[in-house]
Amino acid sequence: MTEEECKQIVVKIIADIAPDEDLNDLKDDVRLRDQLDLDSMDFLDIVMELRKQHGIEVPEEDYPKLASLDSCAEYLTPKFLEKQSV
Amino acid sequence: MPETVLQAPGESHYDVLIIGAGMAGMAAAIRLAHFGKKVCLLERHTVIGGLNSFYKLGGRKYDVGLHAVTNYVPRGVRGTPLVKLLRQLRIHREELDLCEQLGSKVSFPGEELTFTNDFSVLESEVARAFPGQVDGFRALAGEVAAFGDLSGGGGGDPSARSVIRSHITDRGLEDMLLCPLMYYGSAREGDMDYSQFAIMFQAVYLEGFARPFEGVRRLTRTLLRKLREAGAERCMGCGVRELRIDRGRVAGVILDSGREVTAGAVLSSAGVTETLRLCREAREPEPPRNDDNVGRLSFVESITVFRGQPRDLGCDNTIIFYNDAGRFDYSVPGDLVDPRSGVICFPNNFDYGDRQLPEGFFRITCLANCDGWCSLPEKEYRAQKERWFETMVARALKFLRPVNRETLNERTLARDMFTPRTITRYTGHINGAVYGAPKKVKDGCTPYENLFLCGTDQGFLGITGAMLSGISMANRHVLSRKSDKSLEKMTQAP
Ligand SMILES: Cc1cc2nc3c(=O)[nH]c(=O)nc-3n(C[C@H](O)[C@H](O)[C@H](O)COP(=O)(O)OP(=O)(O)OC[C@H]3O[C@@H](n4cnc5c(N)ncnc54)[C@H](O)[C@@H]3O)c2cc1C
Repeated sequence: MTEEECKQIVVKIIADIAPDEDLNDLKDDVRLRDQLDLDSMDFLDIVMELRKQHGIEVPEEDYPKLASLDSCAEYLTPKFLEKQSV
Repeated sequence: MPETVLQAPGESHYDVLIIGAGMAGMAAAIRLAHFGKKVCLLERHTVIGGLNSFYKLGGRKYDVGLHAVTNYVPRGVRGTPLVKLLRQLRIHREELDLCEQLGSKVSFPGEELTFTNDFSVLESEVARAFPGQVDGFRALAGEVAAFGDLSGGGGGDPSARSVIRSHITDRGLEDMLLCPLMYYGSAREGDMDYSQFAIMFQAVYLEGFARPFEGVRRLTRTLLRKLREAGAERCMGCGVRELRIDRGRVAGVILDSGREVTAGAVLSSAGVTETLRLCREAREPEPPRNDDNVGRLSFVESITVFRGQPRDLGCDNTIIFYNDAGRFDYSVPGDLVDPRSGVICFPNNFDYGDRQLPEGFFRITCLANCDGWCSLPEKEYRAQKERWFETMVARALKFLRPVNRETLNERTLARDMFTPRTITRYTGHINGAVYGAPKKVKDGCTPYENLFLCGTDQGFLGITGAMLSGISMANRHVLSRKSDKSLEKMTQAP
């Protein structure tokens, strides 16, 4: 699992949640909510889809780490790797 | 996973039990099951949809609670209730086949205001008919748009009329603006709570009307498919008789059959007072009740099926909100029906592209007196239906010139009428109150820690509103009990 693959997973989840958004030129270092029309419920959905689809738990205090694609990759990649190694 | 339709719950314990398979209950069930909760939907009737259902008569299918889906916005408009709803239920816009209205109007003695899904049309209509008021109207619309907080903020709720009057001085215009909003979503007589007014103003004027070509069935079929995909269990003909309360919680849910099931949480779309009346406390003989918070507003609806299209008769409006009285009077009539005002709907008059309903439909909704209708002996009930059908059509036709009675009669293929008695019987709402209790419970909480309300009495009305309510109560009380604050932080401006 590379950071790039991890970003793709997140983008895929966003595409499921918000099929009406254009995700083609998402910038990695800009906060998602500044580029997309996502509200707090949509972020809840991202967290829940990570759990449902990939068994990844994001505790509440870590939610801010999902702010941009870069920060998602930084935070989630180790979690995906950990999952793969068990 | 296959959707499981049962006569009784398959298990004895669930994460969440949901009372009522109307729009709110189904939306909540989809949401919860999608995220892995073990959910069972309990519905007393054998059909789904609640107030928003359909029935068959003489080989035809009739919709019950659908003139138009409110809150319609075209693709690309962001952050509105319809968009939220589609996202949260993972429904693609095409699946609902929402077709826009052709145009509606408010028709009062001597004055008319046309409106469409383009707000500027109403703005220019106000400017034309009430030139001195248009700046006030724009200011009012601005205030409503800024209100935005659809989850219902704290603090008191001022009267809608008082807020309108701070911008608009003409009482005629005030009544004309209120008429559609009251008919499509006021549980209060004479006035509305400002928050309710703002929600409805957005739903009807700032956003707009649409309808699936297949009507109610398209909506319910889509929800059923989502229920199945999410893996929710659904029990039909399986009413809840009692909620057994112990130490401030629902300890057990007792079904009409007498069987008891348990759940971590219970979400009820049956109405606030209706739900509290189900609660039985073992220790206290009398459960707490606030029986003063019961709605009284109910409606009759006449349906005429005719040969041809409304267009052939010269009717091209989608919906006409009319009033024939001096002042618009939105209250429970003393008589069985108040024919002076009402709503005319032509389900044919939506933009279905190259499709068209094979027959013409002409529906009229008027305010009705539930007690009156419910206390009539059977024979008298049928006679009164006949009588009021004639009266309602005659009054409504005044707003449909040049259509005359003979033309309509000669084309009529079938007719039906439903009354508050029908509504009470099929949804269990006290007084057949379509919009539920006058005092809404915005946070969905009850005196019991694991019992929550959703749907009509949580404050979101109509089809879109009910679904949104089911979703937001499921989110708030089951899926994200403690995480609201951190989620808010993520989306707030820095
Ligand atoms: C004539 C008419 C026209 C309408 N037109 C429109 C329109 O054009 N546009 C629009 O947006 N809205 C319209 N509405 C309103 C809309 O249909 C409702 O606001 C919406 O469907 C409410 O959904 P709900 O889930 O909150 O409640 P309900 O539909 O009332 O659902 C509650 C469900 O709970 C069940 N239930 C109750 N008690 C129990 C129990 N003890 N055990 C098990 N089950 C129970 C009931 O049987 C019912 O199925 C109309 C309504 C009517 C009647």
